Amino acid sequence: MKNSGISIDTKLFDWPSDNPHLKGSKCNNCGAVTFPIQNGCPRCCGVDMKSIQLKTKGTLWSWTIQGFPPKSPPYGKIEAPEDFIPYGVGYVELENQVRVESRLTENDPEKLKIGMEMELVIEKFIEDKDGNDIMIYAFSPIKGE
Amino acid sequence: MTEVAIVGIGIHPFGRTEGVSGQEQGIFAVRDALHDAGIDWSDLQFAYGGSAAAGTADSMVSKMGLTGLQFINVANGCATGGSALQSAYMAIKSGAFDVGVAVGFDKHERGAFRVDSPDWYGQSGLALTTQFFGMKIQKYMADFGITDDTLIKVAEKSFQNGSLSPTAWRKKPLSYQEIKDSPVLSHPLRKYQFCSPAEGGAAIILCRADIAEKYTKKPLYLKAAVMRTRRYGSFEVFTQGQAVEQAESPTVDASKAAFEMAGLGPEDIDVAQLQDTEVGAEIMHMSENGFCKDGDQEELIQTGATQINGAFPVNTDGGCIANGEPIGASGLRQVHEICTQLRGDGGKRQASRDVKTGYTHVYGAPGLSAVTIIQR
Repeated sequence: MKNSGISIDTKLFDWPSDNPHLKGSKCNNCGAVTFPIQNGCPRCCGVDMKSIQLKTKGTLWSWTIQGFPPKSPPYGKIEAPEDFIPYGVGYVELENQVRVESRLTENDPEKLKIGMEMELVIEKFIEDKDGNDIMIYAFSPIKGE
Repeated sequence: MTEVAIVGIGIHPFGRTEGVSGQEQGIFAVRDALHDAGIDWSDLQFAYGGSAAAGTADSMVSKMGLTGLQFINVANGCATGGSALQSAYMAIKSGAFDVGVAVGFDKHERGAFRVDSPDWYGQSGLALTTQFFGMKIQKYMADFGITDDTLIKVAEKSFQNGSLSPTAWRKKPLSYQEIKDSPVLSHPLRKYQFCSPAEGGAAIILCRADIAEKYTKKPLYLKAAVMRTRRYGSFEVFTQGQAVEQAESPTVDASKAAFEMAGLGPEDIDVAQLQDTEVGAEIMHMSENGFCKDGDQEELIQTGATQINGAFPVNTDGGCIANGEPIGASGLRQVHEICTQLRGDGGKRQASRDVKTGYTHVYGAPGLSAVTIIQR
């Protein structure tokens, strides 16, 4: 299971990998960091961007719980409404880099707190029509928090 | 420089109107506005109009009359109506035209807005506007001490005001407990704290101020109309990677520019329409538009300041929460309501205080805002 499956989008994170990171861009002119990668700088309007690995740990900047099934399409998980399990969504601030919008592995409002430590995980999201696991990035509270 | 007056306002009731297309609702609103101004379609020199999900606005000319007028379609998300009005304002202000119309209408499918994002973002369940609203107020509550109780009271006001507004969708007041017990859609926001996509149409007829009295004894004056997009660092809907450095929202920029254009300040505003996609937005937009400091909303709302009989009534017709949000029409519905209040025609929902100057504000994806200031 570990390190197998297909990335939902190869531009988002290293996969397969034993030490996956999210991929970002950094502006060679002003230092602004973006996620995902892009070739123009939203801060200084420059066009000299390099690809970087983003930090795998950060803090929860804000969060919510998706409480109803998103419309499909575009939502990729096809399921009966009664099978829907609410999922957490948040922004994780990677220090001095960028706040990444992400699914969270935790969906209990009592267990999520702004400022808590989070780390990157790559997890199975759905299976494609050929039975391959489609992998997605998420952030998980660091144990002991 | 030419000043701009509003001489006609029209609206098709918001909500769900089976068997009536979005465009027909727009046409209804235009005819209502023409009647209000006492002029004919053939008198109009230009139109700006838009809808997000109900077809191009300019195709209405085949039903209104093929007069050859300039008709430009506008598409700017939730700020479509505000952008149409801003364009109409500039068209007259520039001296190019004397009289024209801004129109918006829409007809959306039921349920949350479906976002056209076929890539990983939509697939993974992150492309939902509702999540952004939940996360923005979640952070704001933590930073500035806004309570869940206040969030419920805003919705209670919305439905109460909607029940007094003949063209609103939600005309049944909901109790505090009904709102509190409704399902949580995007924590901390519940079902009855969100607006829903809907249907409706609204139209505003504008002209050069020096000819306004030809049409009406009670012209209103559009003192400012401004639209702004986001800057680097503001927290916006559909942002996959948010800058760590923080900038003011496009609402703050649009508001400041509008006050400067009008030569007025927040203290001069007597009644306001603030984009209330959900209760959190209404609360945060009070401070983003300069009407209070961050956190002061808690006391203002708890003491009833934003109610119809309060010192600073907000969303007197129930706002988006009670009217729903037909994207193309929503911003012009706000202008319609402010004009109604300034004319003193609000009936049961007329602000108790004397209103001389009003304000409208819309916010939309992917991070834009439009503001108007209107005076009698």
